[in-house]
Amino acid sequence: MTAPLIEAANLEVGFGGGKIKAVRSVSFTLGREKLGIVGESGSGKSTVGRAIMRLLPPTARVVADRLRFQEIDLLTASNRDMVHVRGRRIGLILQDPKYSLNPVMRVGEQIAETYLQHYPAAGGKAAARARVLEMLNAVKIRDPERVARLYPHEISGGMGQRVMIAMMLIAEPEVMIADEPTSALDVTVRLEVLSLLDELVTRRNLGLILISHDLNLVRRFCDRVIIMYAGRIVETLAASQLGEARHPYTRGLLASLPSIDHKVSRLPTLKRDPSWIDAVETNS
Amino acid sequence: MIDVRNLVVRLGSPPQAVVKRVSFSVETGGSYGLVGESGCGKSTVLRAISGLNPDYRGEIEIGGKVLSPVRPKEFYRSVQMVFQDPYGSLHPRKTIGAQLLEPLRNQRLPRSREAVFEALTSVGLNPELRYRFPHQLSGGQRQRVAIARALILEPQVLLLDEPTSALDVSVQAEILNLLNELREKRGLTYLLVSHDLAVIAHMCDRVGVMQAGQIVEEVEADRLRAGTLEHPYSRLLLEASQQYGGSTEEPLTMNGAA
Ligand SMILES: Nc1ncnc2c1ncn2[C@@H]1O[C@H](COP(=O)(O)OP(=O)(O)OP(=O)(O)O)[C@@H](O)[C@H]1O
Ligand SMILES: Nc1ncnc2c1ncn2[C@@H]1O[C@H](COP(=O)(O)OP(=O)(O)OP(=O)(O)O)[C@@H](O)[C@H]1O
Ligand SMILES: [Mg+2]
Ligand SMILES: [Mg+2]
Repeated sequence: MTAPLIEAANLEVGFGGGKIKAVRSVSFTLGREKLGIVGESGSGKSTVGRAIMRLLPPTARVVADRLRFQEIDLLTASNRDMVHVRGRRIGLILQDPKYSLNPVMRVGEQIAETYLQHYPAAGGKAAARARVLEMLNAVKIRDPERVARLYPHEISGGMGQRVMIAMMLIAEPEVMIADEPTSALDVTVRLEVLSLLDELVTRRNLGLILISHDLNLVRRFCDRVIIMYAGRIVETLAASQLGEARHPYTRGLLASLPSIDHKVSRLPTLKRDPSWIDAVETNS
Repeated sequence: MIDVRNLVVRLGSPPQAVVKRVSFSVETGGSYGLVGESGCGKSTVLRAISGLNPDYRGEIEIGGKVLSPVRPKEFYRSVQMVFQDPYGSLHPRKTIGAQLLEPLRNQRLPRSREAVFEALTSVGLNPELRYRFPHQLSGGQRQRVAIARALILEPQVLLLDEPTSALDVSVQAEILNLLNELREKRGLTYLLVSHDLAVIAHMCDRVGVMQAGQIVEEVEADRLRAGTLEHPYSRLLLEASQQYGGSTEEPLTMNGAA
């Protein structure tokens, strides 16, 4: 096996002076693959992504035995090194797309700015503009010319997500961390956007961490899936084996899905059990 | 309860019709679903009904009264909206507790600690979270605060824009059960936007399928479950959703993927 792109060993993240343990002894590696992270709301998924990007607030306490991206030690890298890593080498799509856009700048200009920042020698403004329209088109925005001229508050929820994806892709990063990148997209558009990501991962031999609560999505799109519960990894499975998950939390999740064709009066919910937090990880 | 007639909304410069003569109605205690491609105008319809965008043509009637485009304060006593983008709808520098009390204060209703406790617990959140600021919550926790805030006034009509799309399925199940219970007990009326047809089928009696600013087909939810839709776009949407949620272990077929 080739060296992993990202490696985390016993990552811990605490907030509020350590009172809130958002992530507890999380260990995983990312190769040139599509790795899914699923788990309950508040289980620490976004915090893991932010820790890799060093985007946690200064009050957060991050410790780990190891947290690396290729040759870079993410625990000790200088802020200057991180500026080069963020966006250019590791791309991130945050969970709240519109919130992470600049509200007073047209979305097309924002994507162009990202491009020029990372590729200052690539032909200037005109080239950037052409590339922006190409990217918006690639993420299936109809009428890219019009949408590029809009401000963030003038685009729909799903357009916002696709603008963020375009912004990430335009920098051609080596690793992509996508936090709920398609939750606001209808199924047909979602499949098209996913196929674009899939193609990039395969063609450019990248690594992708896909944070999502959508079990159907990770099951069928990812290679491997990490399941988090209360800050811990409780199970790691090949995506195709998700149906055979053993941890009670994972099994409960699978049962909570509503279905289009049969009506139930109440959806089954989880009876959370404190012992789940300490349940041993079962590796596949 | 909700009657929308020939709603037209024009936005942008130069203005373009984003919603084009949309009409539908929802009876009291009913639940109506709006589905359709990203950018087709679903949120714009909800924003017009909720009074966020007074610049529309056509008629919006709620509880038998045609509304004036600018809504009086009392309107929000009976109609509340949960926004698609919870971050944008919460105040960044006010604690969760303060934000939950705000609607009560605006309506000059008594404010109590208990109300905040109950609101948070009802959406599965720990009341301790009331001291936090929005950025100190996870995405799904913020979404649930937004739902709790809409429910705290006990409105009669809820406009829900993708209320559970940021939630994992276990929490989604709890919220959907809560919404269904409230509808049964208090006879609430819902207008629900979701791109998840399984959620729509579970929650709604009737469904309007939108495409490019228009409702192209309206059906009973039974027809959605039975899979007997007529308009080509609705059929496409349904087929894609069935394939997506299907139990087959095959990877999704993705057009364009090599
Ligand atoms: N700045 C902060 N201060 C205090 N607590 C925080 C902060 N940021 C996150 N948390 C807490 O850490 C926990 C993990 O949050 P995180 O955002 O990683 O969850 P998540 O798994 O991404 O959930 P979701 O699916 O709802 O987005 C949550 O309980 C959250 O309330
Ligand atoms: N203020 C505005 N100025 C110009 N165009 C706008 C404005 N607000 C919305 N639009 C446009 O109106 C169209 C419909 O937007 P809307 O937010 O209603 O879509 P939606 O159906 O909710 O989509 P999604 O599922 O992605 O949330 C989009 O093309 C959007 O760009
Ligand atoms: Mg998150
Ligand atoms: Mg919308």
